[in-house]
Amino acid sequence: MTEHRNTLSPAHLARRHSAEKRFRVYGLFALGVAGLFLAFLLFDIVSRSIPAFTTQQVTASVYIDPAKVDADEPAKGDYGGLAKDAWRDLFPDIVDRADKKKLTGLLSSGAADALRSLVVADPGLIGKTVTVPLQVSDDAVLFYQNASRQLSDKEVIWLQTLSDRGLVTTGLNLAFFSNGDSREAELAGIRGALTGSLLTIAVTLLLSLPLGVAAAIYLEEFASRNHLTDLIEVNINNLAAVPSIVFGLLGLAVFLSFFDLPRSAPLVGGLVLALLVLPTIIIASRAALRSVPPSVKEAAFGVGASHQQAVFHHVLPLALPGILTGTILAVARALGETAPLLMIGMVAFIVDVPGGIFDAATVLPVQIFLWSDLPEQAFQSRTAAAIVVLLVVLFVLNALAIVLRRNFERRW
Amino acid sequence: MPFVFPLLIASVVFAAFLLGHQRAKALEVGSAGVRLHSRPSYHGLLLAIVSILAAVTAGLLGAVLAPLFIAWAALAAAVIAPAILSTRLVSGFRARNLFEKIVWLLLLASSAVAVLTTIGIVLSVLYEAINFFREIPLLSFLFGSHWAPTSAPPSFGFIPLLAGTLLITLVAVIVAGPLGLMSAIYIAEYASPKARAIAKPLLELLAGIPTVVLGFFAALTVAPLIRRMGEVIGLSVSSESALAAGLVMGMMIIPLISSLSDDVINAVPQSLRDGSSALGATKSETIRRVVLPAALPGIVSAFILAISRAVGETMIVVMAAGLAANLSFNPLDAVTTITVQIATLLVGDQEFDSAKTLSAFALGLVLFLFTLVLNYIALRVVQKYREQYD
Repeated sequence: MTEHRNTLSPAHLARRHSAEKRFRVYGLFALGVAGLFLAFLLFDIVSRSIPAFTTQQVTASVYIDPAKVDADEPAKGDYGGLAKDAWRDLFPDIVDRADKKKLTGLLSSGAADALRSLVVADPGLIGKTVTVPLQVSDDAVLFYQNASRQLSDKEVIWLQTLSDRGLVTTGLNLAFFSNGDSREAELAGIRGALTGSLLTIAVTLLLSLPLGVAAAIYLEEFASRNHLTDLIEVNINNLAAVPSIVFGLLGLAVFLSFFDLPRSAPLVGGLVLALLVLPTIIIASRAALRSVPPSVKEAAFGVGASHQQAVFHHVLPLALPGILTGTILAVARALGETAPLLMIGMVAFIVDVPGGIFDAATVLPVQIFLWSDLPEQAFQSRTAAAIVVLLVVLFVLNALAIVLRRNFERRW
Repeated sequence: MPFVFPLLIASVVFAAFLLGHQRAKALEVGSAGVRLHSRPSYHGLLLAIVSILAAVTAGLLGAVLAPLFIAWAALAAAVIAPAILSTRLVSGFRARNLFEKIVWLLLLASSAVAVLTTIGIVLSVLYEAINFFREIPLLSFLFGSHWAPTSAPPSFGFIPLLAGTLLITLVAVIVAGPLGLMSAIYIAEYASPKARAIAKPLLELLAGIPTVVLGFFAALTVAPLIRRMGEVIGLSVSSESALAAGLVMGMMIIPLISSLSDDVINAVPQSLRDGSSALGATKSETIRRVVLPAALPGIVSAFILAISRAVGETMIVVMAAGLAANLSFNPLDAVTTITVQIATLLVGDQEFDSAKTLSAFALGLVLFLFTLVLNYIALRVVQKYREQYD
């Protein structure tokens, strides 16, 4: 060890002190890299998502032709035709067939939906002319948001004329929150995925919370030290580290093939996620139960409580905030989980908003995965917007866990 | 409509509770001088839990025998079982003991679910994997160097997948190892309480980001960035490079390494640091020569757990790494991983009799065993080399 000579010489001391400073800077640098990455990630996703939160509509006068809409059955009318006619009437001087087709392409195929709900709500409108905002296609939206140059010169001129005439209104993209999935970017929304997530998480929570807490109580309070208990404990720790995709294989082989449960259903997704987060909940609940001092239980014994009375009436209520904190964090994890749900068929293209735990559904993270694969630029911003929604939900859950921990958890 | 039967059963259960409670009360009042063994509420609870158990049992039996009548069977059982039991409620009846016995059994059963899950995983994966190895010999799977499950004839050589997985994991650990460890050292040894209050939530936030989000970021932002940087310095980088996936995966496992290392560094007794300082060592010398060696088993175990997490990670690689199984050790090439292949083989409709689908289960078995062994090693390292200071 050559360093041990001259340890007290000023030059050596200076070197040691600068090494000390450098080491400290490395630590800060490491944290800085993690922080910068996080900041870059959030900034990138939020800035990508902004276009998806607004959309453009063109105000047009639509004549509700009684020939196309039957007053007895207003829901079955040819609203697409009406919307197209009104759209073309905005440009009476376009006569060329190819041009007309191009023009119609700038109108969203969902433009008629707003018209339909308007007339169905008030059939008295049939035969009258109404002024409604018509949704434009995703390419046109991108043009108005200065994000795309994919349109031909003619189309650009048409769209420019519309905005010069003051017919274009920019508004919040409410369809994004009220629609299910769609092949058309301007119509695609996350309501189906959000509902699917909600149903799936409800199943997960209803199964994993009681099971997890019960298992934790047994292991912490009632289990005798024997081989069976050891086996269960080793098992839980191992299960916590099994890759999530393996749980998907379990779900596919057991729930879908063996029990023949419906594919793509929130029930199966919830079951798989419940098994996935069960070890986490058990471990968190055990820690919370262990942190309650034994004196509480002994006092209960002292006044004649049975073991179960002591646990259920005294220990468990005191451990509850800790258990709930752990559970919320586990739920947050389940909410962001994607891979196992791919295995059990939650990746199907589903337009309808699921109505129950047996309906085919998808969940928000899977929706993000599906959209991220699509080539259209408008879907990219929708993917980012869906991510923003997911992150906001997760952020709220984590904040809730922190509040719970700060306000209700007791230190003994 | 789907809520009618659960509501009906819930009200039956509640009625059972009231019935038990009332009967016990009646006994107490009716026969003067007789004391009940258990409080009336335990009689009620006993009937209620018996009612629930009967309903669940009948429901499960019904599901197997006559799927149409599940709900009716459950309802009937929920009514009949407590009704029969209620006739046996007499003054000496040990309702609490019986109730607690049932609860104890339920608790035991709940903790057995974890074991059942493991058994379920092993059996389901093993069963399909064995079917796969009936068609494809084990050795040609393990040592084959060509993976093309969809081509005709398909070939199932595992080596390219293993190489790809290890390459991406290696990139991730090279990124996350030093960064995670240095973050942990800074948080545990240098940071003021204020700085810690910022740094720890920051890492928790990073840990809480869903991997599908990281995958999106890797595929749309990091990969093109690396590609462009490669072009600037004259390197041809694949648009699905292992480097991009590995970098982002590294960011994912920084919090894991950091929080586990933080724990073990904090567990090193202060007296060791004090002794080192007393000999004149600077803080960084103390950390490098005293604290880190003392915490080494825990840090090694943290790294192994991080590797295990990276190997099993799916979404980042599905979105940012390639599908083609190239046998390459160049991080600028596109490689594929075990998890990517499992995911792509099983998405969409599956036929359980084709070797292509079954191969996903064989890969799942390998993945399961691989992570199991890594976790076991991580546990053993800590158990075997940990110094006992107290």
